Order: sequence, then structure tokens, then C-alpha cells
Amino acid sequence: MSSPSQFCTFTLADLLFGIEVDRVQEVIRSLELTSVPLANEVVEGLINLRGQIVTAFDLRRRLDLPPREDGQRPMNIVVRTGDGELSLLVDEIGDVVDVDESTFESAPETLEGTARELIRGAYKLDGRLLLVLDTERAVSLPVAV
Amino acid sequence: MSEIDEIVGEFLVESYENLDRYDEDLLVLEKDPSDAGVLDSLFRTIHTVKGTSGFFGFGELESLTHVAENLLGLCRDGRAQVSREVASVLLATGDAVRAILTTIESTGEEGTPDNASLKAELERLYAVATGAAEASDTVADVEVANLADATADTAEAEEAKRLGEMLVEGGHASEDEVVIAAAEQALGDGRRIGEILAEDSGIDEDVVESTARDQGRSSGRGLADTSIRVDVGLLDELMNLVGELVLARNQIVQLVTQDQESEFAGASQRLNLITTELQEGVMKTRMQPIGNVWNKLPRVVRDLSLACGKQVELEMIGQDTELDKTIIEAIKDPLTHLVRNAVDHGIEDPDVRTAAGKAEIGKLRLRAYHEGGQVNIEIADDGAGIDAERVKAKAIANGVITADQASRMPDREAWNLIFAAGFSTAEAVTNVSGRGVGMDVVRTNIERIGGTVDVHTEIGAGTTFKVKIPLTLAIVPALVVSSAGDRYAIPQLSLLELVRLEGEAARSGIELVHGAPVHRRRGQLLPIVDLSSELATGGPSLHEREVISIVVLHADGHQFGLVVDEIHDTQEIVVKPLGSHLKEASLFAGATIMGDGRVSLILDVVGIAQRARVLNEGRERAALGEQEERLAAAAAAERATLLLVEVGDDRRAAIALSDVERLEEFAASDLEWSGSQEVVQYRDDILPLLRLGDALGVGGFAQPDASLNVVVHTIEGRMVGIVVGRILDIVDQEIRFDGGSGHGPLLGSAIVQERVTDVVDVNALVAANDPSRFAAGAF
Repeated sequence: MSSPSQFCTFTLADLLFGIEVDRVQEVIRSLELTSVPLANEVVEGLINLRGQIVTAFDLRRRLDLPPREDGQRPMNIVVRTGDGELSLLVDEIGDVVDVDESTFESAPETLEGTARELIRGAYKLDGRLLLVLDTERAVSLPVAV
Repeated sequence: MSEIDEIVGEFLVESYENLDRYDEDLLVLEKDPSDAGVLDSLFRTIHTVKGTSGFFGFGELESLTHVAENLLGLCRDGRAQVSREVASVLLATGDAVRAILTTIESTGEEGTPDNASLKAELERLYAVATGAAEASDTVADVEVANLADATADTAEAEEAKRLGEMLVEGGHASEDEVVIAAAEQALGDGRRIGEILAEDSGIDEDVVESTARDQGRSSGRGLADTSIRVDVGLLDELMNLVGELVLARNQIVQLVTQDQESEFAGASQRLNLITTELQEGVMKTRMQPIGNVWNKLPRVVRDLSLACGKQVELEMIGQDTELDKTIIEAIKDPLTHLVRNAVDHGIEDPDVRTAAGKAEIGKLRLRAYHEGGQVNIEIADDGAGIDAERVKAKAIANGVITADQASRMPDREAWNLIFAAGFSTAEAVTNVSGRGVGMDVVRTNIERIGGTVDVHTEIGAGTTFKVKIPLTLAIVPALVVSSAGDRYAIPQLSLLELVRLEGEAARSGIELVHGAPVHRRRGQLLPIVDLSSELATGGPSLHEREVISIVVLHADGHQFGLVVDEIHDTQEIVVKPLGSHLKEASLFAGATIMGDGRVSLILDVVGIAQRARVLNEGRERAALGEQEERLAAAAAAERATLLLVEVGDDRRAAIALSDVERLEEFAASDLEWSGSQEVVQYRDDILPLLRLGDALGVGGFAQPDASLNVVVHTIEGRMVGIVVGRILDIVDQEIRFDGGSGHGPLLGSAIVQERVTDVVDVNALVAANDPSRFAAGAF
């Protein structure tokens, strides 16, 4: 088991995010997506993960961030959830970083909307903030479509 | 901790299996009480449960099985007969044991079941039997019990005698040596006991080996050696992987076709063959004989025919016909329902039969066989048959068909009306006596797994239900179409024909009826649904198309045409479930992976028909919620068919349909009193009544002159009537209990049709209200 203070990092619209390493099953480059008509807008489509059909969430849309630029191919972070695997689409994958627990601060009160729900807090890295994604919440669908 | 769980788990699995056989054995015994082998097997089952439950400290289970064992011991020693009475009590014991096991399975504890009356009954029968056999010699009674215990213990010991004991008995080792060796093992010595004895105590290795061989022989587990228990999840995973392999194989074979000569071609051909064989092999591992479902039916028939005062002989042919495990699970309820229906409504009362010149004992025949890649199951009775005219009259009365339709309807179609939604809705059942609950539910459930059910009947000679179901759900033939650039698969079962309209025909082929597009097909109007507009994926509208490709589909007896951009070919597809995030996407029955590795969605024809309003909402609405899972058949949550009733002032309650024997309506003037008990006369018997409203503490039904809706429930061969308010509906759904679970006569509360609904535990309700009269009083 990896320690809880190891994070798999990725970027979304210039923000640096992290997910606990032990939640991540694997990271794969862009895969072909099959869209699901009439599904929640967060559902970007279905991917074929070695014969298993996995739902892919657009994390930008989940976090109410502006859409990805045309031609930018997202990466898949496959995470384990209560009911099976789920793929989170992100812009770029970063390193696995070790963080110092003392540099953690919970989300500032001023954070609003979806971000407040989904971001647990931040680690103050050198020159950059690592935002910690609440994976459990991020993989559940927002109530209103 | 988890190790203990595992052992308890094994105990549960084994006990469930044994109990299934226990029921069968008892029924055999009831017919032929002298079968000693069967008696032994019964005795062993109960004895094993008793022994193991004692080991785990399940006291209630142990004490119940102990008294049952005493009674069985007498029977085995030929000192008591397995009469109908004894069989009934022993069957009830099996049920009680099963109930405790279920509690253990879900909670890890045995709970606090009240089996006092059952135990008293067992003891009474035991006393009667010993009294008859031994006059008044009470000492002998005790001896008999001890004897039974002792013989059972030896039987068990013989079976699983330990190696050490055998060596001691054979004079090859002393008891001390064995004890020391066992102690060494307990202290962490990894060697087997034989090895320790041979090495440390100098016992001849050959002797140890030959004794070990004897031990293996005497435990007599020939069958156990050739079969192993495999987790179904593992098999499912294997099935998935094989599906993938098939796809990869298809791709390779396609690549090779350009290059016939190379060695690669030869290798790929071998791969092709091996994959096919592997696929067949894995499919076989999931196959189970239909007998696994049928073995519950003799009990159902026995109990029900006793309750109805009928005599029914059940004949089963083709028990070893094999079916995929998921299908076996899915047909269990519909089959049971059809069998109950045949006993209840098909076969006449003995005096009616005699008057009609038939044998007093009715015959019910189940037959299963393979035919054309499908399994056929026939349920045939030699009862009164279905009167087409009566069915029509009832259907007209319930607004299922019009009088005009009825006059033109051939008999064959009329028989099938009994499956129509609305024909046997709850409302209709209570008003029209003589019809059971929910034949439409039976049909829905069978169609959900891609099967069909048909009825054939002859007045006076009997009725035959013919159920046809596919062998497996995991791989289905499907038509691949595309719409707005994406490919979709449509299960072949729903497919009727393909229509292509070009040029002039495309322009004039689609007409509008008040805005709704239709197509004239052989003189009949076929409603047209445009797939891309239903899916909101964009694309040309109907009148902009040069070529119109129509896939003619049927869903629940309705036909409609689905317009797609392009029709490709048919393929065998491997059905995979959709993730829980797509639950609300009711238009899809699952997804599959195509030959090129891309994912395609499988269209749910019924869902599309409903969305496009080809089908009325109604009973389909209940089915809709689970369409997306129907093929995946991952029965994780608890699913049940529930009868919804109204209690008191606008409160709702639900009763599992499996607990409902019949629905009846009585006039308030039929009410009579037996002591302080409300009763009605029913089928020449006295039916005690329980008011559900009172039991739940909500009161209700103030109108003294209103009629009473009664749910008839059978408990241990005796009927109890539960008085409810209005009967609302029958739904088939997942039950999630939201708080308040397991108190008193309630299993808990669940949300059914967006209303909070109390789910009633009928057995607990009856037991709580007067166990002596309802339960033990049966004997």
C-alpha cells in the first residue's frame, strides 16, 4: 500500500490537481470514445478498456471549467470506485508527488460552486498549489443535469 | 475474522444445498415411506446442520434441528412412519432452518426466530410415535434418542475418520503418539500428521501411506474428487475474457484473409479453432440443468394442492436440459407462477373431475427440451381448459378489447388475452373470482430474457403453456445499424423485417397522421420513429432523406418502424452491462465491443417504443426501470415483485407477490365470527381474517357495508386472509430499505412508485397476531 500522502497529479485548464495514488488503477492515453446520447452531460462517452466497457467523465465539465480546445486529446485516469472502474478525462498527466502533510490547507471559504464540493483542499508545493480532488464526490453525477 | 466468515459461508452454501435435497427427499418419502436410503440422507442433513451450528454457537438452530433429528431418528429406525402430518412438520422445519440460515447470511447472527410452536409440534409427534411404539416406557424413549445420536455419530465418524485414529485402531501407533503429533502440528509444524508420525515416531511409512489411501476410499467422495466449487464471478470474468478473445480472433482472421499462404495463416486458423472450442467450453461451465429450478416445484405443488383440496400428480421430463445460469435464475419465478396457476385454476376439484369422467388425481406435466438453439418448456395440465368465450367476456368487461374486436377474434388469440396487461390487473382479479395474479407479469419476465410464452387449450382436456427461451443471454445475435455516425446494435429477437424506400418511394412512403409519421405496410399503418431525433443526435429529418431505411421492430406486441441512416450486417455480440452512471439512459440495454474494438450501444427496443410513445405507459413503466440491466442480469440488489395495497387513510403497503396465494373479494355480509376471530367461509373451509390496517396500527376501512379485499396467504398448508384496503398495482422492482427496517410485521420501508411504502413480512405478521391459531393450530 502506498502512503496516503502520495498523489497522482494532472492538469486541467492550467490548474494542478491530485488524486490519492491508491485510488488510481492506471493512466492511459487518449482512447476512442463512443458517446451516449441523452446521458448526463458530464458523461463524455464509453471506452473499451481491454474488453471492459468503462464510462468516461469529462472532469472539466464536472468542475465547471471551460471546455478543452479543439484538437487537444484528453488523457484517461482510470480510478476505482464503489461500483467498478471509471475514467476521468484530464488535460495532461503529471508526476506522482510525495507531499508533506504539514503543507495542507483545507479549501478556502471563498471557493464557490462545484469547486467547493469537489476540492478538499490544497498542498502548498514550491511555487504551485496542488488541489486535492475529492474522488468519491467527483465520480458521482451532479444532481441537476 | 474473515477466515471464520469463510467457514460459515461454506456451511451456509452446503446447508442450502442439502436443504434443497431435504425437501425432495421428504416428498419421495411421503410416497414411499420405506425408502431407507432417503431416510438416511434426511437424517444426515439435519444431523450435519445440528453439529455444525453447535460448533458455531447457533443455539436456536441447534435446538431446532435437535428435536427434528430425534423425530427423524425414530423414522429411520422404523419406529415411526413418515405420514403426511410428519412430512408437513418436517418440511416446515426445513423452512425454519432455511430462514435462520438466511438471517445468518445477512447479519452473521441467527436472530431471535420464534420456533417454539414448531418445536413443540416436533416433540408432540415424537411423543406420539414413541408412545405408540413403546407403550408407556419413558426410559426407552430416552434410549431411542440416544441411540439415534450414537448411530449418527458413528456414521459421521466413519465418513471422515481422521488418519491418526485409523492408525491407532490399526495398532500402528499409540494414542499418545498421535496426540503429540497433533500438538506439534498445532504449534506450527507444517508437515502432515502422517509425515510427523512416520518421521518422529518411527512408524512405517508404507503403513501410513496405505492407511491414508484407505481413509481416502472410506470417505467415499468419488464425485467430490471430480468436481470443484467455482465462484460464479470468476466464471463471468472468464466468459468476458473469452468474448474478448473471440473479437481479437475475428480481427486476426480478417487480417489474414489477404495473405492465404503464409505460416501466419496456418497459425491463425488454429487460433480460430481453439478459440471456438474454448468459447463453447466456457459457455458450458455456466450451464445448469433446469432440474435445479424444478426441484422446488414438487413442494409447491404439494402445498398448494393440499391447500386447495385437490390431488395433483406432477410429472417432470427432461430435468437435465441445460440452460445458462442467469436464465435459470430469471425463469424461476415465472415457471413457479405458471405451475401454481395450473394447480389452482387449471386442475379441477376431485368431485368435478369424477363427474366429468376423469381420474380423480389431476396430472401436471413439465417437459423441457432443446429445439433450434432454444429451450422449450411445456407446462401441461389435464384440467378444464380455458373457455375462449369467458375470457373474451372478461376482457371486454375490463376494457382490454372491444366487443367488436372480440367477435372477430379467433380462439387462439383469445387464450392469449390472459397475458394482456389490464386483463388480470389487481383490480380485475379481485372482481373476477377464479383468476390468479399477474399472468402479464409472467409474460413480461419471460420476454425480458428474450423468451416467448404461448398457450394452447382444449375445453375439458387441459391447458398447455409453452415457454421458449434462449440458451444464453451473454451472446446474442444482433443487427448493426448506424445513425448520426455512431453504430448501434438491435437484438435480433425484436426484429421483424427491413424496409428500404428510395427516390419517389422515399418521398411518398412516409405519410403523416396528425403530425405523426406512418408508413403503409401491406395495407396497415406502421408508426415510424426516427432514431436520430429520438436520440437527439441531429441528422437529416425524414422528408430530407433520399433513402429511408426502416427497421421494423416489435415490442410488447406492438410494431413500429425505426428509421436509421444505414443498415449493416448481423453479428453475434457479447452483451456487457452499462455503468451505474448511465442508469437513466433507458434507451440502451447495454453495450458491446465491435470487431474494430470500438464500443457500440445496444438499443432497448421497448425503451425506444416508450419514449416515442408507440407503447402506452402502463405496465411497461414498471419494466422500464430495469431494461438497461435486463441482459446484464447482474442481480446485485434485491428484486421482488410486489403487490401494492392501500391501508387506512392513503397509506401504502406492499406484500411480496410470492406470499400471495390469491386475491379475493368478500361482501361485508359474508363476515362471521369464530370466537373472537373474524372469519369467512372460503372453499368449504374457514378462512381466518387479519386486518392489515389494525396490525400496522393505522386502522381504516370504516365503511361497514363495503366489500373486503383479501389477500389469501398459505402458511404451513393453512390459509390466512389478510384484509387490505384498495389493491393498487403489481410492480416488479428493486427494494432498497430506507430505515425502519425489520420492526414487527414490517420488513422495512421502501420507495415504490415515488411513494413511501411499508413492505409487510407476512409470516411475521401472521405469527405476531396469533401464532397458536394460525401456525400450530394447523395440525
